[in-house]
Amino acid sequence: MGQIKGAIVVNTERCKGCNLCVVACPTHTIALTTHEVNAKGYKFCHDTLDACIGCAACATVCPDGCITVYRKKFD
Amino acid sequence: MTKQDIICPENLVYAKPRLMNDETMHYCPGCSHGVVHKLIAEIIEEMNLTDRCVGISPVGCGVFAYNYIDIDWQEAPHGRAPALATAVKRLWPNRMVFTYQGDGDLAGIGGNETLHALNRGEHITIIFIDNGIYGMTGGQMSPTTLEGMVTATCPTGRDVSTMGYPLKVADLAALLDGTSYVTRQSVDTMAAVKKAKRAIRKAFEYSMEGRGSNLVEIVSTCSTGWKMSAEKANEWMREHMFKQYPLGDLKDTGK
Repeated sequence: MGQIKGAIVVNTERCKGCNLCVVACPTHTIALTTHEVNAKGYKFCHDTLDACIGCAACATVCPDGCITVYRKKFD
Repeated sequence: MTKQDIICPENLVYAKPRLMNDETMHYCPGCSHGVVHKLIAEIIEEMNLTDRCVGISPVGCGVFAYNYIDIDWQEAPHGRAPALATAVKRLWPNRMVFTYQGDGDLAGIGGNETLHALNRGEHITIIFIDNGIYGMTGGQMSPTTLEGMVTATCPTGRDVSTMGYPLKVADLAALLDGTSYVTRQSVDTMAAVKKAKRAIRKAFEYSMEGRGSNLVEIVSTCSTGWKMSAEKANEWMREHMFKQYPLGDLKDTGK
């Protein structure tokens, strides 16, 4: 059976750290940074695990359109 | 396999809509405005209306909508967006004309224009962001503020005996003969965003088909005005706002 893997690319400078993507992620892949901030002083989201399934829930609820989602099926 | 194997254009699932430019939006973190902006940009692109639509931006937090979506816009005086939309649509009947308004602009200052434009059956779409508060000016009470809700101008909560009841704009609009599609949606979860997208698309299609006026109310959050985190604001909205403003279609003449 094929395995589906996803990946996200975050526009960290656009991110405002609202945390909505972290709440929306069904696999708990995304988290906000703890010590790092972007040029505007916001914590930003990033993927912490290799569990992304490319469902795009994070990108759909992101108010600023910071997240680009990719998905690939591996055999 | 590495992340780099997955990240290539043919595997793309979701990206910021092309019509939404790279200008950083002035909205607070987690504001529902951004999601609705994205939906509008996506739908206009999908419907191939980029050169044939005019948006009317309001006064309120949505005032700078014209900076973020690369289509034609007009800026209306406070509350007068439906009147301006009427003029644009009558002069340019082949354009898709929509207004983008908050509850202070639409229900408060522009209650008159809104109801009459809807009642005249102008072939426009009104997108109504309802968060029960005047967001831009510092969180004052609006006509749609919930009973008992605390705002800057009702610090002990809205008292209906002196301040009146929350105005159900969509319910009012559904009663008018001029409206063709009236719905109430939200954008707090992925499923809700998809539903809201279908609703906005349907409203745009109806206005292009000349069926009458359309109102899409989006029950939204104002985390700054409500003084809570974006995540908590969504929970608070589901718990309180949805009781007063239940989601779903209130009128659909196409069914």
